[in-house]
Amino acid sequence: MAVPRRTPLPVAVLAAIGAAFVALPLMALVVRAPWSTAGHELSSSGAWTALRLSIVVSACAAGLAVTFGLPLAWVLARSELPGRAVLRALVLLPLVLPPVVGGIGLLAALGRNGIAGRLLSAVGIQLPFTAAGAVVATTFVSMPLAVLAAEAGLRSLDVRLEHAAAAMGASRWYVFRRVTLPMLRPQLGAGLVLVWARALGEFGATITFAGNLAGRTQTLPLAVYQTRVTDPGGAVLISLLLVALSLIVLVALRERLFTR
Amino acid sequence: MSLSVDVRARRGSFAVEAAFDAEPGETVALLGPNGAGKSTLIATLAGIEGPERGRVTLDGEVLDDAAAEVHMPAERRPVGVVFQDLLLFPHLSALENVAFPLRARGMAHGEARRHAAALLERLGVSERAEARPRDLSGGEAQRVALARALVHEPRLLLLDEPLSSLDVRTRARTRALVRRELAAFSGVRLLVTHDPVEAMSLADRMVLIEDGRVTQIGTPGEVREAPRTHYAAELVGLNFFTGRLERLEEGAGRIVTADGEVVVAWPEELEAGTEGVIGLLPPADVALHVVRPEGSARNVLRGHVAVVSVEGERARVRVDSSPPVVAEITLGSVSRLGLAEGAEVWASFKAVEVQVLPP
Repeated sequence: MAVPRRTPLPVAVLAAIGAAFVALPLMALVVRAPWSTAGHELSSSGAWTALRLSIVVSACAAGLAVTFGLPLAWVLARSELPGRAVLRALVLLPLVLPPVVGGIGLLAALGRNGIAGRLLSAVGIQLPFTAAGAVVATTFVSMPLAVLAAEAGLRSLDVRLEHAAAAMGASRWYVFRRVTLPMLRPQLGAGLVLVWARALGEFGATITFAGNLAGRTQTLPLAVYQTRVTDPGGAVLISLLLVALSLIVLVALRERLFTR
Repeated sequence: MSLSVDVRARRGSFAVEAAFDAEPGETVALLGPNGAGKSTLIATLAGIEGPERGRVTLDGEVLDDAAAEVHMPAERRPVGVVFQDLLLFPHLSALENVAFPLRARGMAHGEARRHAAALLERLGVSERAEARPRDLSGGEAQRVALARALVHEPRLLLLDEPLSSLDVRTRARTRALVRRELAAFSGVRLLVTHDPVEAMSLADRMVLIEDGRVTQIGTPGEVREAPRTHYAAELVGLNFFTGRLERLEEGAGRIVTADGEVVVAWPEELEAGTEGVIGLLPPADVALHVVRPEGSARNVLRGHVAVVSVEGERARVRVDSSPPVVAEITLGSVSRLGLAEGAEVWASFKAVEVQVLPP
């Protein structure tokens, strides 16, 4: 059936407005950036330190989110656990929760006087207002995306392949390592990129739980927020840095991870 | 030196019971409708699940013995499986697929690959060793799946619906390939299928399974001659009646079935009142009429045309009479008599045309 694919006019107009809506602020950033003093601005505003911290924090968070998200997705997709619907709602809640609420919750739980925080303090572990705390806050917010991606992958996987592997004498661990995991790679890859992107932009939970300490917990979004007041041009530059970083990772990982 | 199976296996609320033997060099087909319990039996023989009761032995070696709580795990079983739809791993090359059972059993990487490569060579697909399954043709994929089933030198080869996923053209060619490979395998060969053509063309013996039990065991010839159940009769294209044998006048009797009766020539060796007597009737011996026929045929049944299925120049017409019968007539007769579905029709056949078998 060769139906000519002419885009209807209202669709084209609305799509153009939508695209412009996304593109305009990005273009404005490019236009307004103080290019002549860019190098000086970036180093004086501590952007490079924040960049390094952002990369480390978001990478750790993405790793943790997938490490715990995949087993969670397994339980949600495959176990007969009663109350799975409740568990799913709970696990996905950070996705819709205002991040600042997540930060408050983390403080109540893991803060110095929090219910679990006291135990951690007793063994000398401090999470609030540390880089590790920034990782915890970021993981909290971005893990639902890993769970969603992995669960979708598990559900679309042909379980007969796993059964076949078992019938060929593969242990459960071997089946997981050689069949399940490689076949989930596209979904896990997509999940990893989403999680990482979300982690890179995390603001609310991080500033609440880990604070905004330059050189220790100040990630790029926090640096933008702080610089904005004193140095608008610098804020624009750091924002562009974030945009560039996000774009590079999205493009680079797309080739490697989305195709089998 | 043979496979001996006598088990009850369970999957969920469904249980299948089966007892049969198979000799090396013999192809035995487990034939039954979908949901009869064939895949449950495969899972048991492959060692994925233990049987609820009973024993499985291969060449005198116990694979399962529920009473003695013996269960040999899948990785130690000398069993190879060609799965329905082949189930090649899409993310592995042909060679890695074939090496998989060896690797799963703990063989070193290089050695497993050498074994796999040698087998692909023997099966004539070595030039496709590095290809992914999605890039293989139907016949190549079949060979790779077979190599994967044979690579650990099993003594029992299970083929689960080996041709069901193929289109008609590939199927004929692949059937020949499967037949050659079966002949080259010296162990016990077990073919699981719901396709009677597949079973009859590939098997030396057939084990018919219905609703979780074995209903008949015999060579394709024996099943063709004397099917024991409605399902078996349908497989070989015969009308099937079963019920109590009653005496009519001299030389004649009738089989009273659950939904009617059929007049038959009196079988000398049987006694009146015998239950479960079987009557077989070739569809070609059934005549159809649009008005009630007067003649020597003792069986005249009224009904409506339920289904007309065309096979070449002939048509099989199912009539919902009591009992229902299938008639095979020419396409010309179908149009001449105006046999559309739902039309009223009379089916007739002579008593002597019904072959009567003891229960």
